[in-house]
Amino acid sequence: MSAIRYSFGGDEHVFAEIDEEMSLEAFFKGMAICGELEKRRIAGVSEICPSNASYLVRFDPDVIPPDKMLRTLQQIEAQVGTADLELPTRIVEIPVLYNDPWTRETLMRFRERHQDPKSTDIEYATRINGYASVDEFIAAHSGAPWFVSMVGFVAGLPFLFQMVERAKQIEVPKYLRPRTDTPKLTVGHGGCFGCIYSVRGAGGYQLFGITPAPIYDPAQRLPYLRDFMAFFRPGDIVKWKPISREEYDRDVKAVEAGTFDLTIRPVIFSLKAFHADPGGYSRRLVEVLHGN
Amino acid sequence: MAIEVIKPGLATSVQDAGRPGYYRIGIPLSGALDQHALRAANWLVGNEEGAAVLEATLLGPELIFHAAAFVAVTGAEATPKVNGEARPRNESFTVRADDRLTFDYMKVGARVYIAVAGGIDVPPILGSRSTYALGALGGFAGRKLAAGDVLPVGQARPGARAGRVLAKGLVPTYPKSLELRVMAGLYFHRLTEESAKSFFEDTWTVAPEADRIGYRYRKGRPLSFRARKQPFGAGSDPSNIVDAGYPYGSIQVPGGLEPIILHRDAVSGGGYAMIGTVISADMDRIAQMQPNNLARFVQVDMDAALKARAEYESKIARMSSSLR
Repeated sequence: MSAIRYSFGGDEHVFAEIDEEMSLEAFFKGMAICGELEKRRIAGVSEICPSNASYLVRFDPDVIPPDKMLRTLQQIEAQVGTADLELPTRIVEIPVLYNDPWTRETLMRFRERHQDPKSTDIEYATRINGYASVDEFIAAHSGAPWFVSMVGFVAGLPFLFQMVERAKQIEVPKYLRPRTDTPKLTVGHGGCFGCIYSVRGAGGYQLFGITPAPIYDPAQRLPYLRDFMAFFRPGDIVKWKPISREEYDRDVKAVEAGTFDLTIRPVIFSLKAFHADPGGYSRRLVEVLHGN
Repeated sequence: MAIEVIKPGLATSVQDAGRPGYYRIGIPLSGALDQHALRAANWLVGNEEGAAVLEATLLGPELIFHAAAFVAVTGAEATPKVNGEARPRNESFTVRADDRLTFDYMKVGARVYIAVAGGIDVPPILGSRSTYALGALGGFAGRKLAAGDVLPVGQARPGARAGRVLAKGLVPTYPKSLELRVMAGLYFHRLTEESAKSFFEDTWTVAPEADRIGYRYRKGRPLSFRARKQPFGAGSDPSNIVDAGYPYGSIQVPGGLEPIILHRDAVSGGGYAMIGTVISADMDRIAQMQPNNLARFVQVDMDAALKARAEYESKIARMSSSLR
């Protein structure tokens, strides 16, 4: 990774590209800088948005002049450059019904916009990523956990980056032309990123399944949405849990009754320890979910 | 006091000064796209500058007032009418109980702002009454208005009266062809030399797909991005980047075809290279562009952007001191 590239987005934003390509290192550096910037509570800064391998700051140039804003960010870059890359965060288990009837119905409607109209999205992803069967693909997708590397596009939508070596990362192109419809709570994938569609709407990611767990609700009906209407924050760790249709139906009933909840545990992620043993470290992370 | 929606118009929603602070989780600023017109309308009826108003796009609503009120209409040129009788724009007037407010079509400009003394009193969510329709958040039931909606109105402030006028010299004009000032940057370096020039040379036409999320422009020459081996995690198209945060006013060109300027209901991020950003002083002008209006993009630097911002603010200050 070379030095961060800074560019003003008009007179109210600084955009900082940490790296052109996605990596855990770039994501961590962005999180560290945004965390420090937040801590400083600088007057005039209204938005601090970490995202994948970059971050965006919105500021009021009448309160903090642009060159001073830029110098502050450069100074924070120098300061966190040597910091130990550890992130206190939380791990959450998200149930997924893979290959569900609702996303299947949607993807069949938009087949002419897809690279491979003859197969489903998950069959296509299985094949081009070199897996022998859809089950094997699901095992890889739901095996190692994922980082929430960005939240946005629309309210509460998490982008996810799997904690595996680059060679093992699932990669798929986006649809040739975006769909005009995607069911709410669809689990999708585009490029190297996974996502959960927080609301119904347009989208270009491949569709793999659906979760019963609402992740954005302005009415804040479920226990884990009481603190805030959008559940995910950048830095959260997600473990997918494949579920059956019976479990899905049971969860949806619980959501409707307001009794559904998620398993969420605090955890500290160390990049160094992860790189020393990616497979073993991921397994230990997941054990935190069901440990005492 | 309440206002009943008889016809909602094309896209009318409750908006105020906006909801900053939640962009990092994808909840955009929202608020009136034309903040100058928002303030003018509010000050004319004696409200705080950021009180909630109705923003109507391209076609005004039809409203019935359940009680007497002071009203002001600013923004696009569309004559307001009370029971069919014309009322002035940019001047506060009285409506009585059961009066019907309608609008002629918008001749010039794209958005009309309707302020009522006391403000539209929907509950504030995350510090704002603005509507963010994509997230079904804020405003009236999280959506644009529909026939039959009944909007609560707050208590008018003591200074509210009819006949307060925005001086002629302070009323903005909305040309059908204009220049938008742009700071090149972000991923501008990804454009070929030729496209970096043609973007600023061509005249662009506002497409029908122009809304609170973004304004799409067409009819300029297509733009090409420099060929490269795409970085890991970016999409396969040369206009793709690893998904990143989008500044308000930033310009993206999916596939190199049609530039899109993001406005206050922006999608907060994505994988299309942004080639520059419209300066803050020109965002209100975008809000008043109708489909088929023309724009040229003019490149400016930070100093020019800050100077334009200072001029914008001094206009607001002059308006404030004349109306309050």
